[in-house]
Amino acid sequence: MHPQMVMYEEEFQQVAGLCDRLTREANARCVFVIDKNGQLISASGDTGQLDTTSLASLTAGNIAATGGLAKLLGEKEFSILFHEGERDNLHISIVGGRVILVVIFDHRSSLGLVRLRVKKASEDLARVFDELARKAEQPGTQPTAFAEITDDDIDNLFSD
Amino acid sequence: MSFINYSSREINCKIVYYGPGLCGKTTNLQYVYAKTNPDAKGKMISLATETERTLFFDFLPLSLGEIRGFKTRFHLYTVPGQVFYDASRKLILKGVDGVVFVADSQIERMEANLESVENLRVNLAEHGYDLDRIPYVVQYNKRDLPNAATVDELRRLLNLRGVPDFEAVAPTGVGVFDTLKAVAKLVLQELKKGR
Repeated sequence: MHPQMVMYEEEFQQVAGLCDRLTREANARCVFVIDKNGQLISASGDTGQLDTTSLASLTAGNIAATGGLAKLLGEKEFSILFHEGERDNLHISIVGGRVILVVIFDHRSSLGLVRLRVKKASEDLARVFDELARKAEQPGTQPTAFAEITDDDIDNLFSD
Repeated sequence: MSFINYSSREINCKIVYYGPGLCGKTTNLQYVYAKTNPDAKGKMISLATETERTLFFDFLPLSLGEIRGFKTRFHLYTVPGQVFYDASRKLILKGVDGVVFVADSQIERMEANLESVENLRVNLAEHGYDLDRIPYVVQYNKRDLPNAATVDELRRLLNLRGVPDFEAVAPTGVGVFDTLKAVAKLVLQELKKGR
């Protein structure tokens, strides 16, 4: 009913590659892909100064709240959010109904350019996440690594 | 919905603290934050009103160590407890892997506790979860107050399912980590079952 989200090496590299490309082509400071529950999936660009975990959680909260507003108004979702700051701007969009794409950019870029590049990148990202969802639905492809976890392994985590 | 990243070898899980207004959900997280090694925690975020009532959520990322070569990360969230914030409360349950119900032990808060459990059941169901099946623990908080109901009574009313339950005094940390460990353990056991 609620399958785990699983990320494999192959798709991870594809997502990372797409984020790098978007960062370059949109002249962005950085680009993030986040799942709707607030887990960071991929980050690209100048992320050194940023608390990426908090950014992911707050973005997901923001999207969830906006989604709630959309429902109140009878909309399916608001697929794009834009926050304008004095120095940096935040462009947030939903990709394929599954994940959130965040672009942070400053005066070196523009909203028009970001929107244009996000559109293309979203289509490519949606394909990767569709493929992941397809893999997850196939029986027998679910990871088995965790079936081997023993109660002792779990207890050991808490043995302080 | 846990998130397993084979590329970075991480397991990410989401735990939500639920309960009536002023029962001590935020205090639980604040204690965990204060007592956790800086390497194992991220920044704690509180989206609160000017009077420090939770408006949207508190958020605390924690690392619990490795299991079979996978880093385990838990994201702890609280919901706003006040009745009229129900729309926000519902949003935070999205993708939850485990729930802690923090009950206020004071006799006069019993009705608020019962209402909150019922609200939890309804809101979980909207996301397709069943309170009787999800990893779930109960904490009886504020045990130090003179008007606290007996644990037997609290258990009879609030823990029909017989899940692990703990007595707590959140500001001093009594029962806080026991509660967290118990729910984290249940979440990992669920993961083991491959759900």
